[in-house]
Amino acid sequence: MAKSPEEEHPHKAFGWAAKDTSGILSPFHFSRRDNGVEDVTIKILYCGVCHSDLHAVKNEWGFSRYPMVPGHEIVGVVTKTGSNVMKFKVDDRVGVGVMVNSCKSCEYCHQDLENYCPKMIFTYNAQNHDGTKTYGGYSNTIVVDERFVVRIPDGMPGDGCAPLLCAGITVYSPMKYYGMTEPGKHLGIVGLGGLGHVAVKIGKAFGLKVTVISSSSRKEREALDRLGADSFLVSNDPAKMKAAFGTMDYIIDTVSAVHALAPFLSLLKTNGKLVTLGLPEKPLELPIFPLVLGRKLVGGSDVGGMKETQEMLDFCAKHNITADVEVIQMDQINTAMERLAKSDVRYRFVIDVANSLSQSQL
Amino acid sequence: MAAKSHEEEHPNKAFGWAARDQSGVLSPFQFSRRVTGEKDVAFKVLFCGICHSDLHMAKNEWGTSTYPLVPGHEIVGQVTEVGSKVEKFKVGDKVGVGCLVGSCHSCDSCSNNLENYCPELILTYSAKYHDGTITYGGYSDIMVADEHFIVRIPDNLPLDGAAPLLCAGITVYSPLRFFDLDKPGIHVGVVGLGGLGHVAVKFAKAMGVKVTVISTSPSKKQEALEHLGADSFLVSRDQDGMQAAVGTMDGIIDTVSATHPISPLIGLLKTRGKLVLVGAPAKPLELPVFPLLLGGKVVGGSGIGGMKETQEMIDFAAKNNITADIEVISMDYVNTAMERLLKGDVRYRFVIDIGNTLKI
Repeated sequence: MAKSPEEEHPHKAFGWAAKDTSGILSPFHFSRRDNGVEDVTIKILYCGVCHSDLHAVKNEWGFSRYPMVPGHEIVGVVTKTGSNVMKFKVDDRVGVGVMVNSCKSCEYCHQDLENYCPKMIFTYNAQNHDGTKTYGGYSNTIVVDERFVVRIPDGMPGDGCAPLLCAGITVYSPMKYYGMTEPGKHLGIVGLGGLGHVAVKIGKAFGLKVTVISSSSRKEREALDRLGADSFLVSNDPAKMKAAFGTMDYIIDTVSAVHALAPFLSLLKTNGKLVTLGLPEKPLELPIFPLVLGRKLVGGSDVGGMKETQEMLDFCAKHNITADVEVIQMDQINTAMERLAKSDVRYRFVIDVANSLSQSQL
Repeated sequence: MAAKSHEEEHPNKAFGWAARDQSGVLSPFQFSRRVTGEKDVAFKVLFCGICHSDLHMAKNEWGTSTYPLVPGHEIVGQVTEVGSKVEKFKVGDKVGVGCLVGSCHSCDSCSNNLENYCPELILTYSAKYHDGTITYGGYSDIMVADEHFIVRIPDNLPLDGAAPLLCAGITVYSPLRFFDLDKPGIHVGVVGLGGLGHVAVKFAKAMGVKVTVISTSPSKKQEALEHLGADSFLVSRDQDGMQAAVGTMDGIIDTVSATHPISPLIGLLKTRGKLVLVGAPAKPLELPVFPLLLGGKVVGGSGIGGMKETQEMIDFAAKNNITADIEVISMDYVNTAMERLLKGDVRYRFVIDIGNTLKI
């Protein structure tokens, strides 16, 4: 007979979980495995609320398993290290992102591309090698193989750093891979949310000219004055869009709803690249003529490998880049999810796990 | 004042076959060519390939056709006259013209030998030339074109088999190079075994690449493996075969111009693999985003190539003895050929023997 989540592993743990497709989260007792020789145990301080958490708790992609403890933008401190652990010691400030394991032996793992390993294991809603379910960072503690843990650079605020572990690497990796790093080139960013606002900051740090493309003009002042974007384009304004046709070298599309790609393809120069990072539940329409007549391409990208995630954090530390966050208490999570569904956040909620999770047990 | 007739527009008489309306049926047509300008090369047309685009254009399927329309952009012949400032060619040279006869020469694309991406590019037929007149293509007895848009055909290439390289050839050669699908050890899929597809197989094999042909017709398997030299053959409706090939290809050149699902093709790609479309379906295709993201994959397009690369492609073909597989036809067979082309009934390009069969 299957063990209950509380009995599955030796060490008690507590978090908040979604129990069904309503997506509503509530207190949940479960357990974590013993700290293996290559593991570190982390007391969780902060966890970012990624839009993927919302998709997952509501089973919008169709593969959710309940109960589900979301959270893959985790910052905490090391409380225990396994005997083979080389990179970390107790009290180090560390982070865990979207993955907690991979096969470590395929060509992708050997190239530091664990994110593309066919046997990669997600931080939550996935199956461990031992058959048990993975539970994420909306919880007090997590045990992770050291390879999937990154160091948080000194001086970086834990709350502002947490979202970088998913949002940050999700935009940094394609910007490097697709060559969006030549100073003076022109980057368009579609959507000014968790991913988009970090992309603006990283884009400016690469020396790019950055245009934010958004469906509403209300974010214009923010984008220009506070985030440092060079210009702002309202995608619903046909005249302004037309004036910008053929002006961008690259576009990062962060929109996760189903939407039209054709207008954004028109904004690209010849040989331009559009990288889509959002995960709509249905296919998008892809017009082929612009690709053929302009040698344009549409690519996808999925977070990044562990080496690159550390590189991204170090880059952000060097350029003083953190996410803009609204810190919330654990018991405010359901309200936060409702607000996130309406994009009512500037620009990431981060749960103050250390100071509010245990109180929510009472 | 009435516009000049096609015969009077320019000083030199010319004769060809043109489509008069959206039926796409071609018939004899008297018109005229411009004087050979100081940078122009005039040549007697010997052969012209029939590209599937000719069929789309003759029937105005893209909505851009101007009638009467003389198709043909896979043109080869022999130089009869050169302008005073022409440096690269002389009378008697064997030359060819492809899809382009003009560009702006000053934009970023032109400066990078990418005239095919110039916003002011001028197509070989049914387009407006610098002097305001409409361009007429190679289903005709003579051509006049700016030296910049002429390529030399090396002596060892038979002219009839070389003609289709001027569009089909460059259309597949360019993306094989640009997307790094041209080195030994690389595995490329070629979707569609027609005019473009069969040349893609030949080029890729000459580059040392492993080639899998992906087709809806099992009947093309033997051809693909034995005659064209492909390494393997996948029938796209064969679920088991397709499943076994998942995640095995570095790139895919998709030559199919009809609407078709690309999701299964994206599945065949390795992580970071590239699907390159060179056929141009008129309607948008469905792009499943999950597979693109989870594998860091790319869907791109490519359209012909610049003039420098077109010459490079012809020289590569000459060095490797690559020509298209063709069925040579007479001019008055052209309408039947178009009907057969529509059904894919050709191995793999019709080429009109203009020199011997185009008669007034």
